[in-house]
Amino acid sequence: MERRQLLKMIMAASGVAMVGGNALAYEMGSPVALSATQFNQDDVMLFNDIAEVILPRTDTPGAKDANVGLMALILANDCYNTKEREQFVKGFQSLNKLTQNKYGKPFLLLSTEQKSKFVKGLDKEAKTYNKKQEIYYVPATSFDRYASEENPVVPHFFTMIKQLTIFTFFTSKEGATKVLRYEAIPGKYNGELDYKKGDRAWAT
Amino acid sequence: MANNDYDAIVVGSGISGGWAAKELAQKGLKVLMLERGRNIEHIKDYTNAMHEAWDYPHRGLATQQMKADYPTLAREYTLNEPTAGMWATNKDHPYTEVKRFDWFRGYHMGGRSLLWGRQSYRWNAEDFTANLKEGIAVDWPIRYEELAPWYDYVEKFAGIAGTNEGLDVLPDGQFLPPIPLNMVEKDVAKRLEKVYKGMRHLIHSRTANITQAMPEQDRVGCQYRNKCWLGCPFGGYFSTQSSTLPVALKTGNLTVRPYSIVTQVLYDKNTKRATGVEVLDSETNQTYVFNSKIVFLNASTLNSTWIMMNSASDIWQGGLGSSSGELGHNVMDHHLSIGAQGTIEGYEDKYYSGRRPCGFYIPRYRNWGGDKRDYVRGFGYQGSASRGNWQQNVAELGVGADLKNALAEPGSWNIGMGGFGEILPDHRNKVSLDKTVKDKWGLPVLSMDAELQANEKRMRKDMKQDAIDMLEAAGVKNVRGWDGESPLGKGIHEMGTARMGRDAKTSVLNANNQVWDAPNVFVTDGACMTSASCVNPSLTYMAITARAANFAVEELKKRNL
Repeated sequence: MERRQLLKMIMAASGVAMVGGNALAYEMGSPVALSATQFNQDDVMLFNDIAEVILPRTDTPGAKDANVGLMALILANDCYNTKEREQFVKGFQSLNKLTQNKYGKPFLLLSTEQKSKFVKGLDKEAKTYNKKQEIYYVPATSFDRYASEENPVVPHFFTMIKQLTIFTFFTSKEGATKVLRYEAIPGKYNGELDYKKGDRAWAT
Repeated sequence: MANNDYDAIVVGSGISGGWAAKELAQKGLKVLMLERGRNIEHIKDYTNAMHEAWDYPHRGLATQQMKADYPTLAREYTLNEPTAGMWATNKDHPYTEVKRFDWFRGYHMGGRSLLWGRQSYRWNAEDFTANLKEGIAVDWPIRYEELAPWYDYVEKFAGIAGTNEGLDVLPDGQFLPPIPLNMVEKDVAKRLEKVYKGMRHLIHSRTANITQAMPEQDRVGCQYRNKCWLGCPFGGYFSTQSSTLPVALKTGNLTVRPYSIVTQVLYDKNTKRATGVEVLDSETNQTYVFNSKIVFLNASTLNSTWIMMNSASDIWQGGLGSSSGELGHNVMDHHLSIGAQGTIEGYEDKYYSGRRPCGFYIPRYRNWGGDKRDYVRGFGYQGSASRGNWQQNVAELGVGADLKNALAEPGSWNIGMGGFGEILPDHRNKVSLDKTVKDKWGLPVLSMDAELQANEKRMRKDMKQDAIDMLEAAGVKNVRGWDGESPLGKGIHEMGTARMGRDAKTSVLNANNQVWDAPNVFVTDGACMTSASCVNPSLTYMAITARAANFAVEELKKRNL
């Protein structure tokens, strides 16, 4: 539904125009600046580059198109608990050293094939590590744990990169509306919609 | 009439307060509705209602800072960015816990009517007689037949989507067309019907989301966005703001005052009547007195009780309504966080569109129709079936275009359900005033001392195992049961700390919700409940409130108050 049409419906419903912004009811936090985190622009570039291997551009936008790196690092900074954040930061900061040892270059300077091979290697390593920790179920969001879980088992740092990539990509406007299907105002529920393989999933 | 004089004062603006204000104002009384929190104007102040995940600073997730600031809210889904600022925090509004008690409060205009789960079920006839039959607590002073016309009345006005099923255990009502079940739910319903030979039913949930426009209330109807808790610009669900408040205001008889903490009901021992209430303005710290002929306490279960405990304590040490020794006792809720889920095959060519604000319901069947267990009462289930999305398990998938394509398609069908069990009224489960702790206005706080008892614990075994058995019987694969913590309060269905009864010696309120010791004070929120049933309680508060308001006005006319 068009936004204008929507506003008209709301007007008709209430006789009131939507004027968000200054009300106190629901508090919308302000966007987080990268400078308010422990990460910098180089980190965002590195994250985006790795994320692009995880969720590449195909005939639809990829991780870089959605600039997932920025939000991923904000979430790692603000939403991870201390244990998770430490494990993530340690792993993330070791990446360039790992590629330096293996290829003699930082990650960003690797060829497309090298990047892909390296990331696939990390993914394999992460799976082995997680299995050893008896982590069998890895949802796309690990960082939304309840505060009562004081001692969560933290997965391999690459699993965290993968989770952050998937979560920030599919909750981005690019991911939700261009890779998945999203309808702001569905208007009705159809519980018997026909589906054929390849049809995209709803974003939420 | 002086500025501070009214016919009626309604304390609280949530589901029951909104109803009290509407009923009393429509019957011609000059009404003052007091709300302790800020004002929230319908639509205009639903600032997040049109926001999407990508609009939030952390995509909607709670930050560690939020968790540190609001540890009690962090115990549940209540802490997130979209509803930030909508749940009262312990920092500003402390309470103490002898035993863990999750108290989730909405201190703003509309109260939790903006945030509620909207499931709306009638109590059945046996819910009102079980205490008497089983010798538990005290008998309800009313029966289903007395409340039935009031259920009709409030359902028609609030707008409840659902189906009539002809079940004694879940009486039919005045419903709008239901919100549909999907293919999987329909088939599972048929299989359960067959396996359990018509003794168990999977039916449409009954929910206070309107499936037809209600132009007389300026409500467009549910748009299937499933964002109810952000306030609905379409008036899609019942709330004070969308439904009772505009009608009450239209009468010209209602005055609304936000930022008004009612500290006590003022009581005249000569007339044995309340004369009004004392209000502390939460912004200016000024104290005001408002006078009225009748007072309706609808401050939410535990806060209505708190007000009574703070009132007339020079006459009764435990406060107004404490002469029976039951004020603050018998706190109830529903116990939950228990059930099962699994995956179901054979529907890969089916999907759905739209986001429902609800799912299916399985009404109580235990200790019903000849079934007999090692506990009394029973439980119902709420659940739904849906296809997995990008949030599914990513442990097995690799990286690259294959991963992206796999996550961009719907996953397998999952179906799950969680139980809602009845908690018995038990004198040991109580709340009391803790005068050693004060809130920022210097007011004493509530102390919670309640827990699940033996009957509930026995019931939970069935709640988990039955969910597993039913899903397996319906052909669901990979069925996994769960059983989480269920402290009182977590159900957000607090009830029973000023119960109704037939005898002033054993109850706080009479059959018309009047405080035995002050007949012009009515308590019609969850505090009045004598037992808890296993169905969601809000619809019953609406019916009880409308009934009591009608009675109060009749009594005023007869000069009995």
